[in-house]
Amino acid sequence: MAGGTASLYARGRETQRGATQDPAWAKWTIIGLGLAFFALFLLAPLALVFTEALRRGWGAYLKALTEPDALSAIRLTLLAAAIAVPVNLVFGVAASWLIAKHRFRGRTLLTTLIDLPFSVSPVIAGLVYVLVFSSQGWLGPWLQESGYKIIFAVPGIVLATVFVTFPFIARELIPLMEAQGTEEEEAAVVLGAGGLTTFLRVTLPNVKWGLLYGVILCNARAMGEFGAVSVVSGHIRGLTNTMPLHVEILYNEYQFSAAFAVASLLALLALVTLLIKTVVEWRVARAQREGA
Amino acid sequence: MSIRVEHINKRFGDFTALNDVTLDVPDGKLTALLGPSGCGKTTLLRVIAGLEQADSGRILFNGEDSSRAHVRERNVGFVFQHYALFRHMTVFENVAFGLRVKPRRERPSDSEIRAKVTRLLELVHLDWLGHRYPAQLSGGQRQRIALARALAVEPRVLLLDEPFGALDAKVRKDLRRWLRDLHHQLGLTSIFVTHDQEEALELADQVVLINKGAVEQVGEPAQVYSQPATPFVQSFLGHSNLFEGRVVSGALQVEDGGLALPAGSGAEGARVAAYVRPHEFHVTRETSGPGIEAKVARALELGALARIELVGARSGRPFEAEIPKRELAQLALAPGETVRLVPDALRVFPAQEVAAE
Repeated sequence: MAGGTASLYARGRETQRGATQDPAWAKWTIIGLGLAFFALFLLAPLALVFTEALRRGWGAYLKALTEPDALSAIRLTLLAAAIAVPVNLVFGVAASWLIAKHRFRGRTLLTTLIDLPFSVSPVIAGLVYVLVFSSQGWLGPWLQESGYKIIFAVPGIVLATVFVTFPFIARELIPLMEAQGTEEEEAAVVLGAGGLTTFLRVTLPNVKWGLLYGVILCNARAMGEFGAVSVVSGHIRGLTNTMPLHVEILYNEYQFSAAFAVASLLALLALVTLLIKTVVEWRVARAQREGA
Repeated sequence: MSIRVEHINKRFGDFTALNDVTLDVPDGKLTALLGPSGCGKTTLLRVIAGLEQADSGRILFNGEDSSRAHVRERNVGFVFQHYALFRHMTVFENVAFGLRVKPRRERPSDSEIRAKVTRLLELVHLDWLGHRYPAQLSGGQRQRIALARALAVEPRVLLLDEPFGALDAKVRKDLRRWLRDLHHQLGLTSIFVTHDQEEALELADQVVLINKGAVEQVGEPAQVYSQPATPFVQSFLGHSNLFEGRVVSGALQVEDGGLALPAGSGAEGARVAAYVRPHEFHVTRETSGPGIEAKVARALELGALARIELVGARSGRPFEAEIPKRELAQLALAPGETVRLVPDALRVFPAQEVAAE
């Protein structure tokens, strides 16, 4: 600030800073600390994953990824995500629309319930499913009679994944929709639009970037979930192992290179997710600038 | 199209938003719903539009009961206070929305839509803004686009919620005149909500004063201003000096003097409240006769008029009088001088009504 007030109080170079600017040494110390922490705890482990994975060369790396058990784990992870994300997409959009645009009894309770998977430990979530669906559980005998297998099978893994990733999309959309209010919807209805048209042409386009962001987060968590899935999986190789579980098994068997190879694939998925997320955020910022 | 509102009641929890409101809106006229914030005027507008359901009462469009008709079927144009433009659509698409969502058999063709939207944008003098997004427009432009969008579906009535509330003074004045002209051009029955008396009196053919969910008075602007029906209307419209006291031998006795009352203003001994507008006061140096004794605090010249601020000689209460500037020059008042205020006209209400207000 080179205004009159600044020169009035100027005692030297130091005082010519703006009110929210810190001296250079403070700025660089804080940036340095941040970078050091980032390098030590985030960048180094990530780099280690890739160096360990490639320690025995590309041949071993590719072999670890293409052996049948690994392939089956990759397939199961993708399947669980492919089911959990759309399910939570539909649920998340419906729930946030209900909570943000309507007033009804039990609204606060519903909001709290949506957060439940965040507040409950994933292991507990897994155990709850075991208690309900396993052969000794509440629904176990009935399920066995009907010939359904949920626990220690693919349905259990999908259920656990859905549970854990439940809040991501709704949590992303509720504040956004609440901030936007209901005036635009009212305007659409006055102009003669039906409920579905209003939702598809006004509500949904207004939250599309938030929705995409929620989907990305939900997908990242669905692929990386360990705790809840571990409890319900039973760790049957080639059948009920997801990628995170497969990594653990390999690691416990001292097959470090193979373990890190699979881990590197998970890390890659995360990096791609991060990249998409950054692009989305950038597009959102641009859209907001343009007011679109 | 004429609108009739019959015995409308609306409560939000313990709060009575509308209390037995009955109202006639004549065909082709511009009606203002005027009142302080929270008086229920916006709720009434939303009930007429069908955005809000009344607890009881009826809304008649052209004599036909529309109370149970859905907003969609009422065919009203509604301009929201904050415009509620669709933020992800261009100005053109905003205006076209009402046409595009029509059922297939009623929907105009693309070229018809294009022609109509262009015509509407020309009507609001913004045809060069079609490709922009709402966030790129100024407040006044958004307002006009919101109006064009509402008109696109050829509504039977136009409802505007605080149409100038969010605009700065200069734009507000221009838009007000423009809306007035547009109304004359279209002849569409219109209702607008405002808390700004100047806006209501300048713009409307009919003013409806609302206070605490009830209609206080309905009339032409000049009528409600000069013949207020209730103390609320009197004090809400324009500035007034209030005198409260007892009727003693046909005059209102207050601390600073006496005011001659018109016949039938109140029984002997009754407590009444008399309102005098600043321009209704006559300032004299006469020392006897009816009138209020007051000391001149200061005089301000405002264009052709001069405003004199005074304090009651005994009560110390502030009063205000407005006289032509020429008269002020002739009087040559000095600050601190005691003068006599004699009203040319005043309006009297029983005092307990004031207390109930």
